[in-house]
Amino acid sequence: MIRVTDLRKSFGDVKAVQGVSFNADDGKITGLLGPNGAGKSTTLRTLYTVLKPDSGTATIDGVDVVTDSLAARARIGSLPHGSGLYPHLTARENIAYYARLYEMPPDTIDAAVQTVIDQLDINDFADRRTKGFSQGQRTKVSLARALVHGPQNILLDEPSNGLDVMATRSLRERIRELKAAGKCVLFSSHVMQEVAALCDEIVIIAAGQVALHDTTDGIRRATGCDDLEEAFVKAIGMVEPVS
Amino acid sequence: MKTIRTVFLKEVKDNFRDRRTLVSALLMGPLFGPILFAFVINLSVKQSLSSADEALDLPVIGSDYAPNLMTYLESNNITIVDGPPTRDDAINSVGNGEHDVVLVIPETFGEHLSEMTPATVEVITDQANTQAERETRRATRTLRAYNQELAAMRLTARGVNPVIMRPLNVDEVDVSTPSGRSAILLGMLSYFFIFALLTGGMNLAIDATAGERERGSLEPLLCLPVKRDHLIYGKIFATCLFMAISLSLSLICFHFTLKFMPLQELGMTPNFGSLVVLMAFLLLVPFALVGASLMTLVASFTKSFKEAQTWVSVVLLAPTMPILVVSILMVRPSTALMFIPSLSQHLLLVGLIKNEALNWLHVVVSVGGTLAIGAVLTWICARLYRREGLLG
Repeated sequence: MIRVTDLRKSFGDVKAVQGVSFNADDGKITGLLGPNGAGKSTTLRTLYTVLKPDSGTATIDGVDVVTDSLAARARIGSLPHGSGLYPHLTARENIAYYARLYEMPPDTIDAAVQTVIDQLDINDFADRRTKGFSQGQRTKVSLARALVHGPQNILLDEPSNGLDVMATRSLRERIRELKAAGKCVLFSSHVMQEVAALCDEIVIIAAGQVALHDTTDGIRRATGCDDLEEAFVKAIGMVEPVS
Repeated sequence: MKTIRTVFLKEVKDNFRDRRTLVSALLMGPLFGPILFAFVINLSVKQSLSSADEALDLPVIGSDYAPNLMTYLESNNITIVDGPPTRDDAINSVGNGEHDVVLVIPETFGEHLSEMTPATVEVITDQANTQAERETRRATRTLRAYNQELAAMRLTARGVNPVIMRPLNVDEVDVSTPSGRSAILLGMLSYFFIFALLTGGMNLAIDATAGERERGSLEPLLCLPVKRDHLIYGKIFATCLFMAISLSLSLICFHFTLKFMPLQELGMTPNFGSLVVLMAFLLLVPFALVGASLMTLVASFTKSFKEAQTWVSVVLLAPTMPILVVSILMVRPSTALMFIPSLSQHLLLVGLIKNEALNWLHVVVSVGGTLAIGAVLTWICARLYRREGLLG
């Protein structure tokens, strides 16, 4: 469960996030939707503690990401934007490296790695070095790496970027499985259709602020648009850029 | 501790599979030194052995005016060749490097000789041309010998023992041992070893920082529930390991190749047996921590792999500075100098090769001081890794 309260973050003069608040509950998929530069990545980066917020708080299962960042990080599995792998290691070794860094008991690591490899269907290329992997294969391995320790909260930053239709579909399925397992999934995207197809709750962010936070139907009602893309555009327009 | 070990093992495995790292650690560093050194040695042996025996071609203007002198020069293995037509031409030809040295004998030479007044001969040379120096020295030395011989003959003709012209007999006693002489040239060695050590870890230091950021694998790594300090320690220690491997290979390589270098012909018997190799390794290896942390520090500031390579290459040159300064100033080892990394290793290694007894205080200060500086640099790296801006 993730709680974000009045989060603010600036880089110099650029106010990336200006008071974002939302909740993401267990057993639900929450989509962070917004145009490029809206503050999605900054919000997620604050959650997985790479960035420190200027003000506001965020908690993961009640653990504060600023004051107890190590414990907060232990509760999440994250797929940052453009995640890279180690090209000289095989997919399995890449995943196992993270399992060791999560300090999983050494005798459980091999089994845990094999479990995520099965779950994400990467057996075919699990023992190949990741150099030359396709974007789809890379995303799967990155996701497996983030899930190997069975985290309760999963943060995905634009996971479907660069994926083809088949890869996107299989990624969606994995995300639904995580939801079914009672996990809290928070993922960002700038594609309305994708978010609508997958999410229980949508948080629309524009200009560093939350424009709307609702279910798909709720957003249709609030904007008065039946067409989701229209609704998205209208929701973004609700936020007055603060300079 | 566990994190440090995990990161260390992963970086080692990863880089053992990276051809770039392997080439620089296991090939470049260890081979570059011995090959360059063998080249320099062979060149200097060739030069020093050949110069005395080789005939020197000496262009002479007015050789007809001094037939006896010409005979004397030729008997000293100097071949007389026709010089430029005039003295001015000679000056020009030496100035533009056509000739290294030209001997000018004026028309009045014979006249002065018979009158027993000093007969002038001119040796035209360019003092700035270091290549000409040896030939010039040989020509003037032979002329001076001829001068002595004539003087002795004149004295003998007057019934005076020419020995009275030598009130002093200057005898130089060279106390340098063969090992000591080799130390001058072998002093170069310490830089080769430090160079080998640094190149061994260079690629890993860049890959683990700038490379990781460029690949996009740094951000997920920082999302893990591990302390950033531990990540950087693991990386620095892995770099140290590669540096140590490269250093030991380089030492072993020299141990074997020195046997095939004609050092005895230069009057050198370098002390580079197995025990010295081991001692040299132990004296030099603390520098790995300084090198690894310094490279990591430099690479952490850069934006890309390429940029990091440029700046880290500068680190390769940095350790030459103290060695160079000390070589020029001919400083003797002192305890204070042992606090300076690279310099202390250089001085200790030169002493080792010269077969001098180790000064244990110096060893302790060198090892301790170098490790302390390395620890401080490592700590600064860890501080740097805590920054938010690290991800660029």
